Amino acid sequence: MSVTRNAPPSAPTQPPSHRREPEPAKPRNWLYRFDNKRVPYLLISPFFLLFAVFGLFPIIFNGVVALRNWRLDDPTLTGWAGLANFEKLIHDEDFWNALVNTFGIFILATIPQLLIALMLANLLNRKLRATTWWRVGVLLPYVTPVAASTLVFAVFFSRDNGMANWLLSLVGFGQDAPLDWRAQKWSAWIAIATMVNWKWIGYNALLYLSAMQSIPKDVYEAAAVDGAGPWRQLWRITVPMIQPVVVFTVVLSTIGGLQLFNEPMLFEENPAAASGGSNGQWQTIAQLIYKVGWKDLNLGYAAAMSWALFLIILIVAALNALATKRLGGGDR
Amino acid sequence: MTTVVKLKPRRRAEIGRAPQDTGGTWRTYVALAAALGLSAFPLYWMFVIATSTDEAVTQIPPSVIPGGELMTNLHEVFSMQDVYFVASLINSFIVASVVTASTLFFCSLAGFAFAKLRFRGRNKLMVVVILTLTVPNQLGVVALYILMGKLGWNGTLLAVIAPFLVSAFGVFYMRQFIMHAVPDELIESARMDGALTMRVYASIVLPAIRPALAVLGLLTFVATWNEFQWPLITLNGTEFPTSMVALSDLASGNYVIYRRVLAGAFAATVPLLVLLVLGGRQIVRGIMEGAVKS
Repeated sequence: MSVTRNAPPSAPTQPPSHRREPEPAKPRNWLYRFDNKRVPYLLISPFFLLFAVFGLFPIIFNGVVALRNWRLDDPTLTGWAGLANFEKLIHDEDFWNALVNTFGIFILATIPQLLIALMLANLLNRKLRATTWWRVGVLLPYVTPVAASTLVFAVFFSRDNGMANWLLSLVGFGQDAPLDWRAQKWSAWIAIATMVNWKWIGYNALLYLSAMQSIPKDVYEAAAVDGAGPWRQLWRITVPMIQPVVVFTVVLSTIGGLQLFNEPMLFEENPAAASGGSNGQWQTIAQLIYKVGWKDLNLGYAAAMSWALFLIILIVAALNALATKRLGGGDR
Repeated sequence: MTTVVKLKPRRRAEIGRAPQDTGGTWRTYVALAAALGLSAFPLYWMFVIATSTDEAVTQIPPSVIPGGELMTNLHEVFSMQDVYFVASLINSFIVASVVTASTLFFCSLAGFAFAKLRFRGRNKLMVVVILTLTVPNQLGVVALYILMGKLGWNGTLLAVIAPFLVSAFGVFYMRQFIMHAVPDELIESARMDGALTMRVYASIVLPAIRPALAVLGLLTFVATWNEFQWPLITLNGTEFPTSMVALSDLASGNYVIYRRVLAGAFAATVPLLVLLVLGGRQIVRGIMEGAVKS
């Protein structure tokens, strides 16, 4: 045995839990050397290769495209555009409108989503009969294809004969003129936010539940001195204890929420238009990127918009993470 | 691994007892039943409309009882020109199956390497894997489209398969699982017997990680089946849509027939509902374990 490292050659002196590759039986054999030195890299290489080609390269190349003229309808119009695409962006009313819509829907969708998920997790965090089936049940929206569920909601929120308007009429709203959900910003935002909330509440509840169950039980015993009831128990003990997961879900829903695409696309009466309403009432940035790139066929401008969206996500995710940490820290 | 161990209540007193030791009251069950009802209702209503006639759809108050027209409506969807709905379901099956199989294979290999093999730069490379999780996927979508154009893959299933053959989440999940589920002693003794890495993978690691493969496989299949934006960009207007793209075609146009659209939506949802019934336990586990570890 050729031992080059300073570890003793005899294995028994090492505790068995110490993770150290034993020297192969035939160290001179090239096969074993290859197996030891190269195979680990071979095993992880598919991930890095595919990420380099389909993840990293597009991101870098996207920066190049953003600085160029790149039109699908006119391939002859090429060459560097400098910062023209970004300048156009700053003066583009559609972009600012989409930004407002994205944030409006994001707020209406994220805050209720996470609060209700917290309550739901608190309900699930009990000794229940048929535990698994409640958990599977709240995941129904998560496995439903967002295209399918959005189409259901599109019917649900239709002006004539829609179930939402029928429910409103039961409590005395809009009996003479039914609400046209798609006509105004606020109502369209509510409709879309409802879809997002529906889809993600159960999923987030399971994330919270998982964190709640890893809280040591004596924490609750210690708090008994305060005489905390279930409600105070939730806000004073449970929520601060699961704060890291709350931050995680806030970041996750920021990244997802600011890229919102499917719901606004399919809420449209004619999804192929990608216009986000007759007047862009609910057009989100992701939807605008799609429209600019594949309906107006201006890929260079769409790439610039993607960069803007990325920057916005980065800033908002960081701010939200900070804010959530602050809030949680203040409770203790 | 967080297996939920049900401990018996340590003390009788209500106050100071951990919530998971407190039994659900009738209020808990009522609230949970309401939550479940709200979760299920859109799906139920999709079914109602998918089985109805046009008259039933426009009826006020809305009918909440399924009709008997499911086959008629499905037949209409399946025979529509330019939508390719049947083909789209098959395409979705192909794409989701290939992506799932490949994800399981590559992620378990990489996870094994990161968990049990020693090599230079291991921890740094693992950090890179985790960092890639935070990159918003929309950032590169324009460039990805141009890249696929150069490769000649736009409009083919390759375009929606190739970028998803392996996932960072999968590598991470497999690594965590293998670290705990496969004892080092077992690997070491196999090594002593002269087993090569792939032999160790096939005869020791693979049998031990079957539960994790089920979890990751289900999550991957569901996510791939539901993918909408990228397939829409690259496959729209071709004869090879996935079912999500075909659904969007079905809902596009100036005159949309709801019962038809929702019959299509129903057909595209059923496979996933079957998966949820068969593998719900595993899907729940996957999501809950993913949370603790991240």
